Amino acid sequence: MAPRVGVVVFPGTNCEHDVVLALERVGADAELVWHAATRLDHLDAVVVPGGFAHGDYLRPGALARFSPVMGALSRFAAVGGPVVGICNGFQVLTEAGLLPGALQKNRDLRFMCGPVSVTVASSRSVLTRAVPAGTELLLAINNFDGSYVCTPETLAQLRDEDRVVLRYCQNPNGSLDDIAGICNRAGNVVGLMPHPERASSELLGSTDGLVLLRSLVGVGVP
Amino acid sequence: MAEAGGDVEPLHRALGLTDEELDRVIDILGREPNHLELAMYAVMWSEHCSYKSSRVHLARLPTEGPGVLVGPGENAGVLDVGDGIAVAIRIESHNHPSAVEPHQGAATGVGGIIRDIFTMGARPLALMDPLFFGPLDQPRQRWLFEGVVGGIAAYGNAVGVPTVGGELTFDPAYSQNPLVNVLCMGALPIARLVLGRASGPGNLVVLLGAPTGRDGIGGVSVLASAGFAGSDGAGPADQAKRPSVQVADPYEEKRLIEACLELLDLGLVVAVQDLGGAGLTCAASETAARGGVGMELDLSAVPRRAAGMASWEVMTSESQERMLAIVAPEHWDALVEVCARWEVRAAVVGRVTEPEPAAGRPVGRLRVREHPGGPVVADVPAASLADGAPRYRRPMAPPADLASRRAAGPEALPPPADCTADLLALAGDAAWVWRQYDHQLFLNTVVGPGGDAALLRLAGPGLPASRRGVALTTDANPRWCAVDPRAGTALLVAEAVANLACVGARAIAVVNCCNFGNPEHPEVMWQLSEAIDGMAEACTALGLPVVGGNVSLYNESGGVDIPPTPVIGGLGVVERLERRPPGTGWAAGSTVVLLHPPGPPDLTLGGSRWAVERRGQRTGTLPALDLAAHRRVASLVAELVGAEVAGGGGLVDAVHDVSAGGLGLALAEMAVAAGVGARLGGLAGHAELFTEAPSRVVVATTRPAELAARAAAAGVGARVLGEAGGDVLVVDDVVEVELAALCAAAAGAIPAALGEAGWGR
Amino acid sequence: MRFAARVEVRLRPGIADPEGATIERALPALGFEDVSALATGRVFRFEVEAATEARARERAEALAGALLANPVLEEASVSVCSLEA
Repeated sequence: MAPRVGVVVFPGTNCEHDVVLALERVGADAELVWHAATRLDHLDAVVVPGGFAHGDYLRPGALARFSPVMGALSRFAAVGGPVVGICNGFQVLTEAGLLPGALQKNRDLRFMCGPVSVTVASSRSVLTRAVPAGTELLLAINNFDGSYVCTPETLAQLRDEDRVVLRYCQNPNGSLDDIAGICNRAGNVVGLMPHPERASSELLGSTDGLVLLRSLVGVGVP
Repeated sequence: MAEAGGDVEPLHRALGLTDEELDRVIDILGREPNHLELAMYAVMWSEHCSYKSSRVHLARLPTEGPGVLVGPGENAGVLDVGDGIAVAIRIESHNHPSAVEPHQGAATGVGGIIRDIFTMGARPLALMDPLFFGPLDQPRQRWLFEGVVGGIAAYGNAVGVPTVGGELTFDPAYSQNPLVNVLCMGALPIARLVLGRASGPGNLVVLLGAPTGRDGIGGVSVLASAGFAGSDGAGPADQAKRPSVQVADPYEEKRLIEACLELLDLGLVVAVQDLGGAGLTCAASETAARGGVGMELDLSAVPRRAAGMASWEVMTSESQERMLAIVAPEHWDALVEVCARWEVRAAVVGRVTEPEPAAGRPVGRLRVREHPGGPVVADVPAASLADGAPRYRRPMAPPADLASRRAAGPEALPPPADCTADLLALAGDAAWVWRQYDHQLFLNTVVGPGGDAALLRLAGPGLPASRRGVALTTDANPRWCAVDPRAGTALLVAEAVANLACVGARAIAVVNCCNFGNPEHPEVMWQLSEAIDGMAEACTALGLPVVGGNVSLYNESGGVDIPPTPVIGGLGVVERLERRPPGTGWAAGSTVVLLHPPGPPDLTLGGSRWAVERRGQRTGTLPALDLAAHRRVASLVAELVGAEVAGGGGLVDAVHDVSAGGLGLALAEMAVAAGVGARLGGLAGHAELFTEAPSRVVVATTRPAELAARAAAAGVGARVLGEAGGDVLVVDDVVEVELAALCAAAAGAIPAALGEAGWGR
Repeated sequence: MRFAARVEVRLRPGIADPEGATIERALPALGFEDVSALATGRVFRFEVEAATEARARERAEALAGALLANPVLEEASVSVCSLEA
């Protein structure tokens, strides 16, 4: 049976349909999950997609973390359910405390949209388990607050525990240690700023995002 | 009550109505209008809402064509593009608000055009922004430029509609009057098409979205219908206008889009109409007039953001992110449920009423009360607001020195000592702008900003599956139109068609945004009339209906008008989109071929960037446009590139049309895109390098003989210019430049200009 | 003398504040039913060299008017205090 993947929709989310499309390309059965939902246990994985949840007002992700679905998401993650936050979804996961650190404004203080090359830094996350470390991927970024920041202690911990999942080949925004994505200690919760779904077809110029999504839905995992 | 006598300016004049217009209102009502009614007529009969100076001219445009489902007059033009899908398209200006508050002005412009699109039942899928500023060496221009770009990015990105292209012009002629235009394209299953027409007496009139505040009170008439008094938009008279600025809320709009599309899908609304210029007055009177019905409004039911608002303020407020919906009473509960889920306010503010017997045919009346059952405070025929404005045939006159200006062509200028330096100065890449725009959302963007035209998959949430693509372009060239508004506008239409062809698309329709100066100046009206004639000629010859338009007049400061600036938005269709088009970057070893109209090259330099920007000469005549030959060239290119995107072909490695900057700049852009130089030759000196003669497309191919045969069969000239390769761009006897220098000049132009001493208001 | 200046920039009365309104709407769910009239603004801090406090205030107000606030939308309030012992 195709894995069931939930794609969370807050008011202001805008990448949900794109993520559904890309997940379907890797054989998943994707469904939209409204932010008022309180149960996620029928799902095999959950994606928190990009956009501007609650308008990004106050701080990106700051208001979204109080949506009812976030309690359910925490429980889902606590029992090892795969959770991936993309872009705004990454910001939501850090605000909710599911991932450490924060995303701050890009170095140039401008919104940045375009292709970006990243290297897989660790294969121990649900998003990279089918991709060898060192693999270079062409994805896309699309954010204003995309520069990862955390305390020196947290950074040391992330490195020691092999939790930096993706690094930029050329740092576009001043992100600490070139970090483009990280995971929690168990590797089942991942946040990344680049959009895998924007690299999901030859027509868009790259299919590299599909290898990440295949990892997530368990296709090609040994 | 019309204020009585004394030396005070009569109220109708303060509101922008002439004495004759007041007489017309009195005629319609059979009595003097009261204060509220006068305010309603003033906003609806303003230039911005009524097109009273331009309508007689716009009537000359062709509007019919195969596939046109909705032409001008509705919120957007709609075309059947096949596979059960229709495309809605519209373009608008937000010039005056952006001059006063660039970030919010540009942002609210984006919000307004998006509402026009989903009003028709279409999901907004793409934006494009033609922008015009003064040179960036002026601090105020940098403030305007960064503010406008930031505002478009902030709104478009957050509301979730990708910005896939645009135009960027820097010219001292816009230093006092920047222009900010915005085009939006959406798509819908044809069955969801709705028109902004009220119907069904007894149906509810419902306001959706943001509460009503004192935003932009009278903004339409005050801001858009009078030139700026000061020379820089910062004089005392302009300070007084400033409370009219509105704040944009993309988050509210995003929820409105989702809620309205869901309401339309569920069949819970008869019609929706956005509240833009002239606010509730405009939305209510237009929907009632189009439906031939009347409407009763109760202003006490309008959700307010500010306390103590007068009725005229509620009726003319331009608070953003509001929609008017017409709803059958039995659907009210279901509507409330959908709106609650999207956190969208919904309030019943009135009812649709039967048209009432009158001399001639029945008349729908717009009646306004301040409380349920209270006295009627305004009572006017709805259609008289929407369509009753006078139409002016304002005096027109060509400039007195037209003949001598046309006689003085830049062809007589001495050839440049160093063509390469001129070419480098013309190079400029707008990537600084469009990297700030989300141009990828919906996974549709096959060719984004920076290409000849944007090419998108014809896909989106809720649309039937399709293998087609849609292409979009916006084209403007004030240098051409200043030299000759008629020929210049015809060239723009041709340019749009050529741009669409370069991504493999066949042009099917255009929209236009006419940015001009003060219509009370006879020369400006002549420019407008000429531009419309040029547009009509080109569109007729190329078989293109004009499905929508917007006119922005009074773009003047201190008595000086902007150059005529019509903007053409072109829509094209690709029948089968399977593969990315070749793009502008050639491959080393390819033969570089110029497709052109048969005959010797046209070396006219009038209106070219070289003449205007490098030599300061804005006179002369424009290169000739042979519309039949243009059609052949564009059809051939669309066919060749169309075969590539359909997955076949193999004849085209790279393609780029020749436009502003001439063949020289086109070749330079191809080299930069490829990262590969070329050795070319056979050009007739600087004139052929810089002329902007139309109907020319550069194609790189590995099968030049086959390409030449295809061209010959199509009645198109094909001339081999040379071969791509190396890291130098050489055009024998005129240009020799290292690729690295070319790339640096292109990429560095905007950042270098902005890297100086910051900006200032 | 050096003075510390603090400029608070906020939207003028009557201008829409969508961010403030959105934050306020989220408050009841967090148990802050007692909070209302929430408005956003920005604070800038900087130091000014000036002969007198009045002159420092004048400079800070000039900066607020020329750059920090856009008078089309915003108003600014300025406070100044001496940094000298």
